[in-house]
Formats: sequence, C-alpha cells, structure tokens
Amino acid sequence: MVDICFYFQVHQPYRLRQYSVFDIGNNHNYFDEEKNREICLKVARKCYLPTNLVMLELLKRHPDFKISYSISGVALEQFEEYAPDVLESFKELVKTGRVEILSETYYHSLAYLYSKEEFIEQVEKHKKLVKRLFNVTPTVFRNTELIYNNEIAKFIEGMGYKAIISEGLDNALGWRSPNFVYRPYTTDKIKLLMKNYRLSDDIAFRFSNKGWAEWPLTVEKFTQWANAVNGSGEIINLFMDYETFGEHQWEDTGIFEFLRHLPNEFLKHPDNGFVTPTEAARKFNAHDVVDIHNLSSWADIERDLSAWLGNKMQQSSIKELYIVEKLVKEANDKKLLDDWRKLTTSDHFYYMCTKWFADGDVHKYFNPYDSPYDSFIAFMNCLNDIILRLKEKDLKIEIKDN
Amino acid sequence: MKVLMFGWEFPPIKSGGLGTACKDLAKGLSNRDIDITFVMPYVPENHADEHVNLIGTNRLAKNFTVKKINSILTPYQTTDQYSEAKNTILYAKTGQKDVYGKDIFNEIERYSEAAKIIATEEDYDVIHVHDWMTYKAGIIAKSISGKPLVAHIHATEFDRTGGNPNDFISHREYEGLMAADIVIANSNFTKNNVMKAYNIPSEKIDVVHWGIDEDNPHYNLNYKDESPFKNGEKVVLFLGRVTLQKGPDYFVDAARKVKDHVPDAKFVVAGSGDMLPRMIEKAAHLGLSNDMLFSGFLKGADVHKAFQMADLYVMPSVSEPFGLVALESMKNNTPTLLSNQSGVSEVVTNALKTDFWDTNSMANKIIAALKYPALMEDLTENSFAESKKFNLDEPARKTIDIYNKAMNFCG
Repeated sequence: MVDICFYFQVHQPYRLRQYSVFDIGNNHNYFDEEKNREICLKVARKCYLPTNLVMLELLKRHPDFKISYSISGVALEQFEEYAPDVLESFKELVKTGRVEILSETYYHSLAYLYSKEEFIEQVEKHKKLVKRLFNVTPTVFRNTELIYNNEIAKFIEGMGYKAIISEGLDNALGWRSPNFVYRPYTTDKIKLLMKNYRLSDDIAFRFSNKGWAEWPLTVEKFTQWANAVNGSGEIINLFMDYETFGEHQWEDTGIFEFLRHLPNEFLKHPDNGFVTPTEAARKFNAHDVVDIHNLSSWADIERDLSAWLGNKMQQSSIKELYIVEKLVKEANDKKLLDDWRKLTTSDHFYYMCTKWFADGDVHKYFNPYDSPYDSFIAFMNCLNDIILRLKEKDLKIEIKDN
Repeated sequence: MKVLMFGWEFPPIKSGGLGTACKDLAKGLSNRDIDITFVMPYVPENHADEHVNLIGTNRLAKNFTVKKINSILTPYQTTDQYSEAKNTILYAKTGQKDVYGKDIFNEIERYSEAAKIIATEEDYDVIHVHDWMTYKAGIIAKSISGKPLVAHIHATEFDRTGGNPNDFISHREYEGLMAADIVIANSNFTKNNVMKAYNIPSEKIDVVHWGIDEDNPHYNLNYKDESPFKNGEKVVLFLGRVTLQKGPDYFVDAARKVKDHVPDAKFVVAGSGDMLPRMIEKAAHLGLSNDMLFSGFLKGADVHKAFQMADLYVMPSVSEPFGLVALESMKNNTPTLLSNQSGVSEVVTNALKTDFWDTNSMANKIIAALKYPALMEDLTENSFAESKKFNLDEPARKTIDIYNKAMNFCG
C-alpha cells in the first residue's frame, strides 16, 4: 500500500519599495503596500481562491482525501488585510479536519542560521497566529525553503515536534528511496519526511512543458507512476508551492482538471490512500537513519543555500541585519521590531541572487526589482534607516539617564 | 565575400565611437574571411590597416577633381557646431590645419561623387554604409552596381540633437534607410527610434549589438598606480562628449546630491563638447569646484587610466544608441551605472541602471555603490565576467547573415 502526503507552501513576502538613500531619516515606509496588495489579490484570484475551492470539493467527495499547508505568518497577515476571503476559505478547509497546518517561522526567515533566539520567537509567533486563526496547534515543522540538516532536526525535536520536512536529497539517500519515513541522524523520536522531487516536480515544474517527453501529464499516467511505488515504498511526499496551481501553471494548462481528478484516479487502487504529515509520522516506522550534515534546501539544481546566501551582497546584508537584533529588541518598540522582522524574510535575499544565468526565470518570478543590485540597495537603505531609528532611541535613553 | 564599406572615420582617425565600431566590425568580418574595402574621406599618406583595404577619397585617381576630402565633418556635428569643431577636435586629430572644407554638406557631396568612381572600379558583393554622411554614397553605388545595400545606423539625428533634428540631415538619413535592402541598428533602442522617426517597418531592421576588441593591449595593463587620487577617495567618472545627448548636466546634479552623503567622493568629467563651459560653471555654482575635475578629451591609454582610477563609471545619456564605452569600462574592471535610455543597457545585466532624468535615483545608486562595499565587490566581479560575453565575432557573424539575406533579396 502507498499513501500520498501532500504539503503545499503558501507564502507572500512584504516586498520592499525602492526605498532610497533620500528616504533614510525622512520616512519609515519600507514596504510597497500597493504592489503587495496587487500581487496578493492577483494570486488570490488566479490560485488561492480557485484552488481552495477545488480542494474543498475534493474533501467533500472523497472521505479519504487529505492535504497539508504551511502558510507563512506574513502571508496570513496579508490575507487578513488584503484578501479576507482567502483566509476564510483556508479556515473552511481546516474545519474539515483533514487539512493539517504545519509550523514554520512567522516571517519565512532564515533566522535558524543567524539567531536561535529569534528563530524560536518567530516559530512561537507563527504558532500563536495559527491557533488564533484556525484553532489548531501544528505538530510538524517545515523550515523556510526546506533548509535542513541533522542539527536542525535535533533542534526541532527539542522543540517538541513529531516530524520535520526536507528535500529528497539524492546524496543523503544514496540507493534508498524518499518513499519511506526516516529518522534524522542523532535524533531519538522525530521523523523525517523527504520530498519525492521527481513526482513533485512533474506537477510543479514540468506539467505544462511541451518539450517534456511525458507531456501531456494525465491523471492516469501520474497514478501509474504512483502505483509503481507500491511494494517498494510506503509514502509519496508531494511537496510544492501552492502557487503551482493557476500561477506557475496557468489554468489553461489543465492543472485544475488534473488536480480535480487525481484523487479519484489514485483511490481506484484499493491499497492507496492519503495521509497528512502528522499521520504519516504516527503511521509509519522510521525505515532507516538519514545523515545530512551539510545545510540543504529545495532550491535550484544545487539544493543548497546559494540562492539566498551565495554572494557578498546577500552575506553582508543578512549579517548586518542580525547584528542589530539585540538593539531592536531592547528598543521596546513594536513597530520597529515588526519592521525589522519583515526584513528577515528570505525573499529579500533571494531577490539579491546573481546566479541568474542558469536558474534565471525562477528567480525572477515575483521579483519586484529589475536587478539584484537594486534589491540590495533598497534593503540596505531600509536597514540603515532602522539603524538611525535605533540611534535616535539611544539618544533618548541617554537623556533620561542624565 | 567582398564588401564595399563606406564610413566616415576609422582609427586612428576618429573622434568618437563610430570609428571604433567600424574598425571592430571590420576586424571581426576579416577574421571570418570577408574582404573589405573601406572608403573614408581622408586617409593620411602611407597609412594602412591590416584588416581592410583603406581607400581615402583624397587618394583617388587623377581624373577625380578633388584630391583630398579632408572633411572636418564628424558624425557628431551639426552645422552650428561646425566651426567650433574645426577649431578644436579636428586639428588635434589629424595634426593638419589647412585642408578642411568650408561647408559640411559640400563635403558630403564630394565624398558621394567619389563613390561613383569607387563603385565602378571596385569588385564587391554587397555595399555597407555607416550613418547618414555615407548614405548617399551607398545609394549611388547601388544604382551603379545593382548590389544590395545594407545601411547601418549607429545613431539617428534625433539621438544626436535631443529631438531637434537638422532637416537636411534627417532627410539624408531617411533616404538612406529607405533605399537600403536591410537596415542594421546597433540596439533595439535605436531600432525603435528609427521606426518612430522614419516609419521604417520593423521587419526591415535587424539588430546587431556591439562587442569589444579583447586584443586591445590596454585591458591587460594596470594603470591604477597612476591615479592622482591617493587618499582612498571614491571616484565617479563621466566619460564621453560633453553634449546634450550624453546628459552631463544630470551627472553634475547627481554629483551634488551624492556629495552630501559621501563627502570624500570625487567626480571626473572626461571629454569635451559644447556644454563643457556650462558644466564647469554649473559645478562651481553648486559648490563642487574642489570635487569635480574636468580632464578634457581623452584618448588611447588615458581612457583606460580614467576607467581604472574610477570606482564607478556613470553613463547618464539622454539618448545612447549603443554605448560601447560602457563595455570598455566593464572590461577595465570598473562597474557601471547606465541610463535606461541606452542600447547597452538592453544587453548588460550586471550594471546599475536608472532613467537619465531621475537624478535622485542616479544619486541613490551612486551613493550605494560608494557606501556598500559588498555591492561594489559583486558588481565589479560580475560586470567584468559579463564583459567577456561581448567580443567581435558575434556581431560579425550576425552581420554576415545579414549580408547573405540581402544578397538573396537582390537575387
């Protein structure tokens, strides 16, 4: 028997406007409200609303159908503000009891790599928001961009989670398949769910590629591939961006029809089923131990962190961001802390990526800037304004002390 | 394949980018075994070039009445600027003082007359003309030989004059573009200008972006020690003609804004032109006298020295058909800030970019480049790496394809 475990990533960053050096000290309007609203509404119309509708139909029609989402805090915030109907439709899905919400950093950040303290605070903040909006408490963790290694797994186990999610890394798995539940090296209880990137990417990336030998991808064909796992695996982890539906793959590619009919086709085989990540962790024993020492992610061909931290602009800007973390917290200013935290979102660093020529089109997607250099300039100008705000605070404190 | 090429300047006799572009194209074509006869108004005695057969109309046969066409017309002059040019740039250029004609249009007529003789005597498969001064010569050659005519446009009259074209010149431009079998534009920017200004259909215009000559020995020389700035000043460079088209006034305005944020920044304006006195005054008026240096027109090694002493090269052009200088800067390891109103900004990824009129954005990016070392490092490294993409072979390859297409048109 084999189960499909669906996890969809839902995230929208607060994109920065072209905050100029002449704005520093004059205003703190770092974020491009108009553009963020516009993109949020556009993606809601093309993806979130229609896909949620399909999901709800599927959940009603198939009592065995289950899915999971990880929705960043900044995305949820924007839904509340710009697209409350999207939030409502997610709530409705969760109410079915067969839709799991995963845990992540509120700001979709790389905080784990730079500050454990900030990381924990962002995870807790996200957990609170999920509790408030959906009245559930997540038990499975997924780190930003599936950034993962043994140490992260161990840390997450310490935070009480039952499972963690990673890319299906070939060099870690070796001859083993991602279609089992594993145990991260050096951990005691936590389970590891690894993405089946081949089958996931068949939907997320290749679905509409007419140059692909398997095009067009039908539910029958995909089910055949999934059934082939029977006997050699227990679980197929289909992890992808939710924007796959209607945004990366446009409606006219037939992606919604594919989604609408996949569960029915897959469930024709009596041994097939669906699980959520938490159920998978409960249902399946760890098949083996997987040792992943180096930091990995689900990005690009390299599956490393070079899309966020590959060049000097990325490295220096994130370093300078976290240097002021302590001061920002000491300032005891909610708005300042929130502005700073919105800068921790990984997308800002992604936009600064200069390895364009190989993986260009994916990086350009949703990029509000013409160039990585402009992204860096806007980010650094914002950060310098934050530093100026901190200096002004310090001044006040000094005056008080005197 | 044999090409009869009509041009106006060819290094070392040149005043700007057109000469370099012609020479580089000729070199690239010659490396692909294309025979080129290059006709220009004046070639000094005993001067030759390894890649082309240079014909100066001044050296034509006896039965041609005018022996020398030592025109002072440069592609960048309009009639108004003629006398000024006569007194400055061109004397320095050729070292001769008394051979120039009096009327720029007269010069072109003489050059075009000479084309009759050359077009009859030479053997060629295709005619290639560079900018409006040579278009009439091309039309004449085509009418004599029936060979296909390729009209290359390096800059339109609208680019040169900021939208106030000289009627005679724009008419000549129009005639040449109409008569041509194929038009080559050096960028999509130029192509769009040609389509807008002259209503030439898109299908007739092919775009060939320029490359640079990697063999130029200057690129391998280190001139950094010769920089006059020894105290770690940040140097921002403007290099080009100081004329309306190149946007020097936007540079000066931006410099003023930069100065408030980066007090140790220095600005160098390298070039000459009709706006130079005004720019010097403007800099003084804005209190930049000590921080903005005017070097005058630079050539040869001095150009490379200027690039290498600069931290950032700014090209604030109002209308820049291509902008080869930007590639030279990148090749010299100096990153660039390019106006969006340029052809080169279409093809270069690793550059800062701005609209020329937005001096706040220009200043913002200059300041960022000077203040954030990580930006400077990544930009420098990536723009140098990208400069390697632009060689002489790719434009030559595309040009040969165009020759073949034109020859097919003409059966």
